[in-house]
Amino acid sequence: MRDDALRIEGVSKQRGALAVLSDVSLVVRPGERVALLGHNGAGKSTLMKIVLGLVRASGGTIAVMGAAPGTVAARRATAYLPEAVAFHKALTGREQLTLFAKLSGVSRTVVAALLERVGLTDAADRRLGTYSKGMRQRLGMAQVLLGKPSVALLDEPTSGLDPASRHELYAIIDELAAAGTAVLIASHALTEVEARTERIAIMKDGRLVADDTLANLSARAGLPTRIRITATDAEADRVAEALGGTRINGRTVDLLCQTSGKLDRVKRIMSLGDAVTDFDISPPKLEDLYRHYSSEKPQ
Amino acid sequence: MIGRILAVAGTEFRIALRNRWVLMATLIMVLFALALTLAGSAPTGALGVDMLTIAVASMTTLSVYLSPLLALMISFDSIAGEAERGGLALILSYPVSRAEILLGKFTAHLAALAIAMVIGFGAAGLVTALLGGAGQASLIALLRLVLTSILLGAVFLALGYALSAMSGSSTAAAGLSAGAWLVFVVLFDLGLLGAIVLDGGGVFTQHVFPWLMTANPADALRLWNIGAADSVAVASGLSGATSALPAWAAPASLLLWLPLGFILARLSFGRVEP
Repeated sequence: MRDDALRIEGVSKQRGALAVLSDVSLVVRPGERVALLGHNGAGKSTLMKIVLGLVRASGGTIAVMGAAPGTVAARRATAYLPEAVAFHKALTGREQLTLFAKLSGVSRTVVAALLERVGLTDAADRRLGTYSKGMRQRLGMAQVLLGKPSVALLDEPTSGLDPASRHELYAIIDELAAAGTAVLIASHALTEVEARTERIAIMKDGRLVADDTLANLSARAGLPTRIRITATDAEADRVAEALGGTRINGRTVDLLCQTSGKLDRVKRIMSLGDAVTDFDISPPKLEDLYRHYSSEKPQ
Repeated sequence: MIGRILAVAGTEFRIALRNRWVLMATLIMVLFALALTLAGSAPTGALGVDMLTIAVASMTTLSVYLSPLLALMISFDSIAGEAERGGLALILSYPVSRAEILLGKFTAHLAALAIAMVIGFGAAGLVTALLGGAGQASLIALLRLVLTSILLGAVFLALGYALSAMSGSSTAAAGLSAGAWLVFVVLFDLGLLGAIVLDGGGVFTQHVFPWLMTANPADALRLWNIGAADSVAVASGLSGATSALPAWAAPASLLLWLPLGFILARLSFGRVEP
């Protein structure tokens, strides 16, 4: 198996005077799930469309399983879920999926099984005009599963979905990755990609400002861990003073420390004995990291 | 390749059936063809031709207006609309070429148009034949009208795809298509008429005008049908314009417009970044 299912090197895209993408490089390996985070207009969708060969890059190179974007080999290897996909209202789910099966040269016998997999068996012969947003998104996911792609590009797959549908969708994504598909997920839903991806890439104004595991990104950003201590009424001031924290109300004291100093702080909290009734430790969240990297000036 | 074209064609034809496009187009054709035939059936005796011949002459004019209109109505949205809805990006992520998508849509839309034409002109032909009789010549003229109308529709389907690919939105595509219809079917002829009046029967009227008229696919349909049957020419009163041209001119124009339209459609579709 190749080491890189998708390799993007120094890709840029100019639209008139505007640089939509500048010098973006990213590698996604087989079975890896990578989150591509960024605000609207950061260039996530454009990057995906360039990988699909729908939009021409102004510079840089891309290889999808070694093939150039838009070639038959690259298109065979790739599956795509567009943002808020709208199918033709007059067709049924089964007809739409059968069309995609025929176009990708997959036997149409898989259609029923895929509809079952995404929970659309009952709605398979209803017109797509009657489908809810979640059902359309699930049909979109069914076509991603067609033909066991090597690379899957999912553009905001969970936007507008209820929590249960999101959960199901991520279960399908996990299965895809477990079968060896390289998955790139564009999203703003920070908290949900946190647990569901191996690596996080952050885009800002067409540049890639971060690309690493969540743990490494946290360490590099040096964001503080927050410890919230609940003290007894009488001792709150003394606790705040002893630990160097800030008292925020009658009994609560907030303390910020580096991840490396966490254990030392906990020992000191314990040494205060009965003055402390409870404490909570919250490590830096993806939201904090995202804010950190997307406000940082590019190196 | 054929498999993918047929897959797209099957889907598009199903859509045309389900959104009642085939039904509406057929109804329009039947109504207009019947109305024109019955209204225009008076002068049979005076011209010495059978009633179907008169009907074909009137329906030729109908076809000049309706074939391009119906073809543009079904084709104008096919690229701009899908690009707007996001469906185009998805289908193009599959291993199917843009030419295959165009040919698939074309096959389905042409079949839909052909159904409307055959039933519409066929019904009118049948009614006239029953009322006033039809000879072999007039039956051939009717058949020629049906086939050339489908060919004219094919030309405007291709032009419709080209316009659709050029416009950024469905609305713009609708506007461009309406404009194209006006130019080809109404304004072009008005312009030529004005030129003839100014020229007063000079070199332009005798040598340039017939060629210019043939160059327009809608007029080529008219000339082809009228030029090919003397009786239809008599019935339409347009025998003068056709006699100035060789017989191959009008068919050549229509047959050339079809690949030309396709090349235009493929080139402008190629520039679309969905």
